Amino acid sequence: MYVILIGGGNVGIQLAKRLIARGEEVIILEKDASTAGKLANMLGDEYVMHGDGCEIYTQGDAGFNRADVIVAVTGEDEDNFVVSQLAKEVWKIKRVIARVNDPSHEETFRQIGIDETVSATAIIYNLIVQQISSNDLVPVGALHRGNVEIVEIVLSARSPLVGKTMADMDLPDDSFVVYAVRDGQGMPITPETVLHADDMVVALVPLERADALREKLCG
Amino acid sequence: MNVVILGCGRTGATLALELSSRGHKVTIIERNPESLRRLGKEYPCRIVLGNGLDEDVISKAGIEKADAFFAVTRGDNTNLMAAHVVRSKYKLDKVCVKVADPQRADAYRKMGLFCINASALLSGMCRHWLTDEPYLPINEYNILAPELKI
Repeated sequence: MYVILIGGGNVGIQLAKRLIARGEEVIILEKDASTAGKLANMLGDEYVMHGDGCEIYTQGDAGFNRADVIVAVTGEDEDNFVVSQLAKEVWKIKRVIARVNDPSHEETFRQIGIDETVSATAIIYNLIVQQISSNDLVPVGALHRGNVEIVEIVLSARSPLVGKTMADMDLPDDSFVVYAVRDGQGMPITPETVLHADDMVVALVPLERADALREKLCG
Repeated sequence: MNVVILGCGRTGATLALELSSRGHKVTIIERNPESLRRLGKEYPCRIVLGNGLDEDVISKAGIEKADAFFAVTRGDNTNLMAAHVVRSKYKLDKVCVKVADPQRADAYRKMGLFCINASALLSGMCRHWLTDEPYLPINEYNILAPELKI
């Protein structure tokens, strides 16, 4: 798989390291010459290219025409926006992932057909909200396209679900408990599964029904 | 007409002064108060200080009632993203974007955006000035002349 990363900041470096370790073909595009030089020393010359990833010439040189995935992770939303849109429209790349620094821009990125947006601000916000309101669903990921969230929760002894089977559960529409972890062992959920206190359950829930699911799980 | 201009650089300021003097109602969005000096001592138009990619700022500039929007900061990508928001969210069709990179301008022109590329415009007009030919409409210059091999 050929992955092109645009932006050699912390996010870009960490991503590149992991992808290289996994044996993927990776190149990281960085427009600042001195930053690109440092990156080349750190990762190896073959993984770094100095150039403006928003320029179509540079994109051609980097091999956008044969890339499987483009990941735009600069610190500027407008730069990520243009890289992503050119990747989609000019190069017809199927999988484009963009970092969105300002969560209010997520909608704009979705409109131009970006497959996945990653917003550190939104993730940290969710974590903080989770810390200040206990007994809560922890959002572990969001499937934006379907507006569906993946959440996990540890069932307390007071939870109305403890002692019930999946078939008895009256969950909000389109919500599914898909997996549970008990005593460190993961187990898929079947209609006969009986939930215990301290089980950690993983559920899929439409964003707007997350509150209803919380009430069901926590009582 | 009600016109919103993003960016009070040389282009934005000149445009604001010219349109205001012809009776158009202009609002200019600028991030840096320093840049407003280009408008002279008495501002000819409304000013909204802030980031043009912030929807509160665009809305405060009166984009809902605008007849046209010009994105003319020195950042191509800022201009392109702001133009996208104005077109898609506020359904404004008369949107003009300044794009300095000729290839980027060409790509976005093909996506249906009206992009002004100063290099293409200037070189085209210089060409006709050189040969004493009559000047052409703006769009004729705006096209990237030799098809680029990528």
